[in-house]
Amino acid sequence: MFADLSRRPGGTFALLAVTLLCLLAIAAPLLAPYAPNAIAPANRLMDPSFQHILGTDHLGRDILSRLIYGARIALGISLSVIAISLTAGVVLGIVAALSPRPVDLLIVGIFDVVTSFPSIILALALVAVFGPGLGNVVLLVSIVFIPHFGRVARSQTITLRNSPFIEAEKVLGAQTWRIILHHVIPNIIGPIFVLACMDIPVVITIEAGLSFLGLGVRPPLASWGNLLNDGYVYLDQSPWLATFSGISLILATLGFALLGEALRDTLDPKLRKTL
Amino acid sequence: MSSASLQSHLVFKLVTAALAVAGSVVLLIALTRLIPGDPATVILGSRATPETVAALNARIGLDKPLQMQVLTFFSRLIVGDLGQDVFNDRPVLQLVAAALPNTVALAISAMLLAIAIGVPLALISAHRPGGRIDRLIAFVSVGFISTPSFVVSVFLLMIFSVKLGWFPVLGAGERGDTLDQLWHLVLPTLALAAGWVGYIARLLRSSLLEVLSESHIRTLRAYGVSEAKILIKYTLKPAILPTIAVLGMGFGELLGGAVFAEVIFNRPGLGSLIYDSIRTRNYPVVQGGVFVIVLLYVLTNLVAELSQTLTDPRERSRLARKSEP
Repeated sequence: MFADLSRRPGGTFALLAVTLLCLLAIAAPLLAPYAPNAIAPANRLMDPSFQHILGTDHLGRDILSRLIYGARIALGISLSVIAISLTAGVVLGIVAALSPRPVDLLIVGIFDVVTSFPSIILALALVAVFGPGLGNVVLLVSIVFIPHFGRVARSQTITLRNSPFIEAEKVLGAQTWRIILHHVIPNIIGPIFVLACMDIPVVITIEAGLSFLGLGVRPPLASWGNLLNDGYVYLDQSPWLATFSGISLILATLGFALLGEALRDTLDPKLRKTL
Repeated sequence: MSSASLQSHLVFKLVTAALAVAGSVVLLIALTRLIPGDPATVILGSRATPETVAALNARIGLDKPLQMQVLTFFSRLIVGDLGQDVFNDRPVLQLVAAALPNTVALAISAMLLAIAIGVPLALISAHRPGGRIDRLIAFVSVGFISTPSFVVSVFLLMIFSVKLGWFPVLGAGERGDTLDQLWHLVLPTLALAAGWVGYIARLLRSSLLEVLSESHIRTLRAYGVSEAKILIKYTLKPAILPTIAVLGMGFGELLGGAVFAEVIFNRPGLGSLIYDSIRTRNYPVVQGGVFVIVLLYVLTNLVAELSQTLTDPRERSRLARKSEP
C-alpha cells in the first residue's frame, strides 16, 4: 500500500507530512526547544534567528515550540472526534438499518436535520450554546460528523442484511448481536475507515477555524487556529506567526487529504464515486 | 419518466426539505434551552435582578414550553418576524436583510471565479489524462480543496494588503461606490473561491473522462474531428451536468463558509452577523441568522438536486424504473 501511495501525485509528500505530524505530536516535549507557554516579553515579535528558529509571538513565546505542541492538539482533537463520531455513527446506522421502519425514519430524520446545517455553522451554533473549550469542541464537532458515518453504516448494512450468509446465520439461530459483531461490522468497516481518514483534514480545519474565531480551544493552549489568530492580530508588525501557523495547517490538511484519497483508491476503488 | 413519478419525486423532496428545516428550527430552539444556567442571566450578567431576567425571558419567549416556542416561531415567521435583537430591540429580520446581500454577492462572485478557473483546468487535465500536466493539476486541486479558507484569507491579506498595499485591508467599500465595493470584494472572493476551483477541476475532469470513453466520441475521432472540438463541443455539455448539481449544493456551503472571509476582512454579512451575535450572546439574532442560512442551504440543495433530475436522462430513467411496479 505504501508503494502504491508513493507512486500517486503527491503520495510521497502525503506520507512525509503525516509521519512528521505524528512524530511531532508524540515527541513534542522532546522536540520543542522551549516550553510552549513560556512568556518572555523582552523577546516579543522577534524575527527568525538561531535562538528562535521561527521567531517569537507577541508575548515572546517561541513559535516553533508552540507549533510542535499545536500538532499534538490538532491530531489529538481530530482523532478523538473521529473516534466518537465513528462509534456513535456506526451504532446509529446499524440500529437504523436493522430496526422497524419508524425507528429507521426517526434516525434518518435526525441525520437529515443535522446535515441541513452547513458544518461550520452547526459547529458555531453548538459552541455558541455550550461555550468554547477543548472538551466542548471535541464533543460538539463529533455531533457534526455523526451523520457522515451513520449514513454510510446504514446504507452498507441495508445492502448486507438480506445477503445469503446473513440469512443462513439467522436460520441457524444466531442472535442479532452476534450477526452484527461477526458479520455486519467486519463487512462495513472498510468504507467507514476510508471515510474516517478523509474526514481527518476536515476536522482539523473546523477545530482550527473555531479556535481562530476565539470559539474553540482556549488560549494559552497552542492550537494552530489560536496561533493563526495571534498572527492575524499582529500582521502589520510581524508576518512570521501567521505564515508558519498557516503553513502548518496547509501541510497537515493536505497530507491527510492525499493519504485519505490513496487509502480510498487502494482499499476500495469503487468508493471513488461515493466518498 | 412519467409525469406522475416526477410529481411524486418532487413532492417527496419538498416534504423532506420542509421537515429538515422544521427539525432544524426545533434543534435551534432546543439548543437555546440547553444553555448551561439561565440564558437571560447569561445575556444580562450575574448582576441582573430577578425582574429583569424574568422580563427578558418573557421577551425572547423562554418562559414558554418548547412546543409553544416552536409554534410561536413558525406563526411569527409567516408574517416575516424572526424576533427582536436583545440589546437594541431591532427586528432580527431587518438585521438579516441588511447583511444577506453582502454574503450572497460574495458567494456568487466566488462561485463565478471558481467556475472561470476550474473549468479550463478540468479541460486541460482531461485532454491528456495521466500526463505530467494532469498530475500537476490533480495535486494542485487537492491542495486548493484542503487549504482552509481562513488561511488563504490571512495569507492574501498579508501579501496583497499589508505587504504590497494593492487592495484595501478591511471593509466592504463605500456605499454607492460600486467600483470601490468591487475592489473590496476581490480578496474575499479569491479566498472563498480557492477550494471550489479544486472541486470543479476534479469533478468535471472525471465527468469529462467518462463521456470521452463513450462510443460516439470514438466515432467522432474516426471522422477526424479535432480533439479540441470534441472536448469543448461534444463532451463539455453532457459532462458539466453533474458538476452543476454539485455547484448548486456548494453554493449553500459557500454561504456558511463566508463567515471566515467576512470576519477576517471585516465585511458586513450574515456570517459576521452570526459571529458578532455569538460573542455578545445575542441568542435571537444567532437563531434568526442560522435559520436563514439553513433555509438557503436546504433550498439550494433542493434546487440543485431537482435540476439534476430534470436535466440528466440517466437520473430520469432511474426514477422511472423505481416507480415501475
